[in-house]
Amino acid sequence: MLRINCPHCGVRDYTEFRYAGDASKPRPAHASTDVAAWHAYVFLFDNPKGDHEEYWQHVLGCRAWLVLERNTATNGVGHARLARPAP
Amino acid sequence: MATRYSLFSLARHALTGKPWPRAWRAREPKGSYDVVIIGGGGHGLATAYYLAANHGITNVAVLERGYLGSGNVGRNTTLVRSNYLLDGNTQFFEHSLKLWEGLSHQLNYNVMLSQRGQIVLAHGPSQLDVLARKGNIMMLNGIAAELLDRDAVMRLLPYLDYSRDSRFPIYGGLLQRRAGTVRHDAVAWGYARAADRLGVDIIEHCEVTGFVREQGRVTGVETSRGRISAGRTAISVAGHTSQLAALAGLRVPVESHLLQAFVTEPIKPFVDHVISFGAELFYISQSDKGGLVFGGHIDGFNSYTQRGQFPKVQTVAECAVALIPSISRLRLLRHWAGIQDMTPDGSPFVGRTPIDNLYLNGGWCYQGFKATPAAGWCLAHTIAHDDEHPLVRHLGLDRFQRGNGHDEYGLGNWTYKQ
Repeated sequence: MLRINCPHCGVRDYTEFRYAGDASKPRPAHASTDVAAWHAYVFLFDNPKGDHEEYWQHVLGCRAWLVLERNTATNGVGHARLARPAP
Repeated sequence: MATRYSLFSLARHALTGKPWPRAWRAREPKGSYDVVIIGGGGHGLATAYYLAANHGITNVAVLERGYLGSGNVGRNTTLVRSNYLLDGNTQFFEHSLKLWEGLSHQLNYNVMLSQRGQIVLAHGPSQLDVLARKGNIMMLNGIAAELLDRDAVMRLLPYLDYSRDSRFPIYGGLLQRRAGTVRHDAVAWGYARAADRLGVDIIEHCEVTGFVREQGRVTGVETSRGRISAGRTAISVAGHTSQLAALAGLRVPVESHLLQAFVTEPIKPFVDHVISFGAELFYISQSDKGGLVFGGHIDGFNSYTQRGQFPKVQTVAECAVALIPSISRLRLLRHWAGIQDMTPDGSPFVGRTPIDNLYLNGGWCYQGFKATPAAGWCLAHTIAHDDEHPLVRHLGLDRFQRGNGHDEYGLGNWTYKQ
């Protein structure tokens, strides 16, 4: 069982969380009309075999959005931080 | 060269007791080929076979990193069908099913096609309406489909849960009688043997580590067994499409996810059809050895480990028991995972790439095995003519840029939700 260390709730089974995709891609500026940049942001993936930064939401816990470091070749789980830093 | 299989050759071997010759030759890579296909799975081998058989291109090498059949062609649940909703999918998968129907004769290799019929279940009246629409679309395309009411499903599948308090009551289903199963290892071996007989070199334990580029175009590959020049090169490596594309400098709309499959201990003949649960993604059939073979959704997050997560085992087992309560005490014999290319619309990519002389076949999501003959057929055409086969024109790498996503299930651009 993968275990994720939620900054609010502590170490929990991954089944309390929901995966939500690659967190490493910078979102284009809201007003950007660069179609290629939006296409890359929405549709293209590096999909690395190794270290990956990804969003997870703690849907059965505090419901916070996290950024998790995980290795896709081993499923080794690293640090989890809040996706939106405190103000 | 392997002998042609026939009743006569079978009898002769039985009487003489001589061992059968190798089904395909073990080849050393030559320095140069007209076409190099990366990936000796079902799709790569089918592509090589149809290049030789349909287009007369026989100076072809198939490069496989492991041994033939070690990847997804030997990890799927062996189902074939052509009951799709979207234009494009319907015709492509029907072409595939027709090729499956003639494949044993075409390859001179018994792939053990069993057209036992597939039934998709509806668990509410609106879901039955959707199945009726799907059946109508199939029939408009000349594909036989039968809408079943609850009584008809009960007659065909008397062992499902029809109790009054069942969580997912059964309202009916859609039957495609021509759907069924194929022995998946035989598909790899049969295509390999048939391609080998036409002069294709099948090279196992040969990993591609880079592409040779001249003036932008791909002119060969670097491999663990040296450099190989190629007129045209095709990537057909389901699961590792992103890695190979990255070697060529391409980013593709693919994430790699794990899909598990399961088999129970063998029992007497019981499940005579392929059954798809309508309340969750779950499908079950019975193998010739008697084991119940089933699968569900992908594990839910991207991974290359080829190891399934246990919580998914529980979910899939719950589906099995919700559908067929009487199997609750069967033991699971094995479960395994394949690395699956998942795309933002659940549809694959077959065709040219932005790089000259480089072709791509990947992103098959759940549909790779049943697509094997047609994918090979269409990719071979695309390579031979440097132009997409009409059946795969909608599967271009640039379709998202043009707003032409091809989303059979209407799920939106989430690889992990497809």
